[in-house]
Amino acid sequence: MMTQQGTQEIPVVWLQGTGCSGCSVSLLNAAAPRVANVLLEELVPGKHVQVRFHPTIMAASGELALEILFDMQETEEGYVLILEGAIPEKMPYIGGTTGEGEELSIVTTFTELAEKALCVVAVGTCAAFGGIPAAAPNASGSKPASQVLAEHGIETPCVNVPGCPAHPDWILGTLVHVLLHGLPTADDVDEHGRPRAFFGQLIHENCPRRADFDAGKFASHHGEPGCLYELGCKGPVTYSDCPLRQWNSGISWPIGAGSPCLGCVEPGFPDIGSALYKKISADQLPRIERDETTGELKYVAPASAPCSEPSE
Amino acid sequence: MARITIDPVGRVEGHLKIDVTVDNGEVKDARASGPMFRGFEQILIGRHPMDAQRLTTRVCGVCPAVHSVCSSLALDQAIGVADQIPDNGRIIRNLILGANYLQSHILHFYALAALDYVDPAAAADYTGDDAGLQQLAAFLQRGEWAPFVPRYEGDLCLDKETNAAAASHYVRALDMRRLTHEMVATFGGKMPHEVGCVPGGACEVPTADKAASFLGRLQDVQRFIDECYVPDVVAVATAYPDYFEIGKGCGRYLAYGLFDMDTTETDLMKRPRYLPSGALNGQLGAVDAQAITEDLKYSYFQDDYSRLHPSEGRTEPQADKPEAYSWAKAPRLNGEPYEVGPLARWLVAYHAGDEKVKPAVDSLLAALDAEPAALQSTLGRHAARALEAKLVADAMAEWVLELEPGAPVCADYELPETGSGTGMVDGPRGALLHHIDIEDSVISRYQLVVPTTWNVSPRDDEDKPGPIEQALIGTQIRDEKNPFEVVRIARSFDPCLACAVHIIDAKDKELGRYRIV
Repeated sequence: MMTQQGTQEIPVVWLQGTGCSGCSVSLLNAAAPRVANVLLEELVPGKHVQVRFHPTIMAASGELALEILFDMQETEEGYVLILEGAIPEKMPYIGGTTGEGEELSIVTTFTELAEKALCVVAVGTCAAFGGIPAAAPNASGSKPASQVLAEHGIETPCVNVPGCPAHPDWILGTLVHVLLHGLPTADDVDEHGRPRAFFGQLIHENCPRRADFDAGKFASHHGEPGCLYELGCKGPVTYSDCPLRQWNSGISWPIGAGSPCLGCVEPGFPDIGSALYKKISADQLPRIERDETTGELKYVAPASAPCSEPSE
Repeated sequence: MARITIDPVGRVEGHLKIDVTVDNGEVKDARASGPMFRGFEQILIGRHPMDAQRLTTRVCGVCPAVHSVCSSLALDQAIGVADQIPDNGRIIRNLILGANYLQSHILHFYALAALDYVDPAAAADYTGDDAGLQQLAAFLQRGEWAPFVPRYEGDLCLDKETNAAAASHYVRALDMRRLTHEMVATFGGKMPHEVGCVPGGACEVPTADKAASFLGRLQDVQRFIDECYVPDVVAVATAYPDYFEIGKGCGRYLAYGLFDMDTTETDLMKRPRYLPSGALNGQLGAVDAQAITEDLKYSYFQDDYSRLHPSEGRTEPQADKPEAYSWAKAPRLNGEPYEVGPLARWLVAYHAGDEKVKPAVDSLLAALDAEPAALQSTLGRHAARALEAKLVADAMAEWVLELEPGAPVCADYELPETGSGTGMVDGPRGALLHHIDIEDSVISRYQLVVPTTWNVSPRDDEDKPGPIEQALIGTQIRDEKNPFEVVRIARSFDPCLACAVHIIDAKDKELGRYRIV
């Protein structure tokens, strides 16, 4: 749809499943572009992201709000569907109540909207991989977007932008990529559907405390200098650009504040990283080894699970 | 009789549903419920005790800091270091929590509540010099006004000049809110879900440059609070004076207090705090933490565990319970419902004769030509929130200078195999309690009694409605198709359903059967 002034409107529907609204709040922290610019101005030349439905931003409540969703399902417009939070299949009636008194299932709303969407962006670890609501015992039956789409036979492409919360640059960077260059290709994302641009390198590879790790200088208590490996840091097995990008306009990041990385962008967080402060075993660390048969040096990637054992 | 169901209530955190029964334009009955469930209390059982602090932070993306602090207070006790928190750790916790207060209050008034009173669309023909309004006008002139429409129509009545100023501040508030999160990140690594607060104190080592960075941002936010936030609340109060008359609630107020000024006292309800604890029920009294219970008669939980203290409470769902209509429990103090939040904190402090709070309230009341009783209202909640933002901002400007670079931030400890602790502290939305039991080195029980559960609570075992329900009952609704009054009253409590409902939803057919006729 074009407005009077020749701007192409790209409608966005932002649904919230089982989550904490933290990714919405994180998006408000966007530094460049600032969120006012995202809401009011063109995100890329000629294209404005029009937030049609967002539970915490929109003026509408009740039936007025639900009508926006019904309209989207009937329109032929291309729109982007963003999911924050997981889809709670066992208790799905969080989709609102219609004027006829029918309580709507978020499973139905999500799948019907996804079917016609240009693409689905699963924002945050809950939407991308299930996250905390899907942690054992997962009483709400929470599932990630990609799994729900697959189980309903919906082939709309889905990009995963995990993080607890997702970094605003990761959310907006993914949207801008779609607007400028189209959907990410298979080469643009990793085996978990995450854009390599943000999730392509281990935290350990870019950590400012890496020199301490190599020198064997380890912190044994909170507040001590040194590598946080002994305190359970998951940086050696977590793929994210946090150490380079930093958070909140580049102020700091978790390891910068002296906290071990929790591995929150990885599938299975928090279960496979539990206990969050448990030291990962040495054989899970990425390293260089000499191949016994060829004698050549080779890189050994970290074990995929941030931490295999449950709490001590 | 007509039944109005508002589901979802937009611009609250999480999923809130309100049902009201209206007769001759008056609300005769009201039911508030929250349908989203994640099961935090069950998820935590069997996990490592330290995980509780990092995971419960993630209960809520808007107020994670208070969960982080409250869980740390519970773990401080369980570990046995509650009286050994270094000053640096105590101050960093206060700065993280205080900056999150500013974030939450500014977000609530501008991003969430303002669209109930301010009409951004009126800026479409703006031609002046204000950069924010120029940006807004250019947007409106393109002709697509989402997400500012659709909306309830018919009662937006700020004059054009006041409305334009407030709309400009709506845009500017987005930047100010971001600055407050940058302040949290300065000592907390990142935000939402900061990681600077840990059991025993904090993990961020303070330096002079971090203090300067925090203070620099704080000064911009202080100016905004003084020049925009407080005046905008006064302007809204002046234009909508009827909202001083409605939305009173249950008339009882509970606060646990916040901002520890010293940690040698381990009883949190006796610990010196910048804003005091207290229970106001006609008279102001001390908070008897043992008198807090959770009723379950109208909640989808087994009645066997009703009216128990959280340290004995259990969360056993019963989705087919006939009388139940909410997945929130009904917290009670001495068997009575209590409102929590900024208004409760300020009324408790006012009645305690607090020398910071009393003059601020009196001066605002004088400016509005209102009596103290008027505070117990929809607008009173907004006013208390704005005054509190100013108080907290000004206090933090002093606290940040008390940090000592090089001094310890965290107590040393080994985790015990068994232990228990109860954290109690006020978050932006009110009184928060976390209780942990540790057995065999893992969590054996974790219970949260969160602010919105107090406010959004359903009826209790004696059929007494919760505070939001009481605030709605008796309200006159002018136009059932545009029930402004209902959403304004409910939103003034700043409900956060992500926090309130730990347990599941089932399909609530009883409440969904009716519609406006």
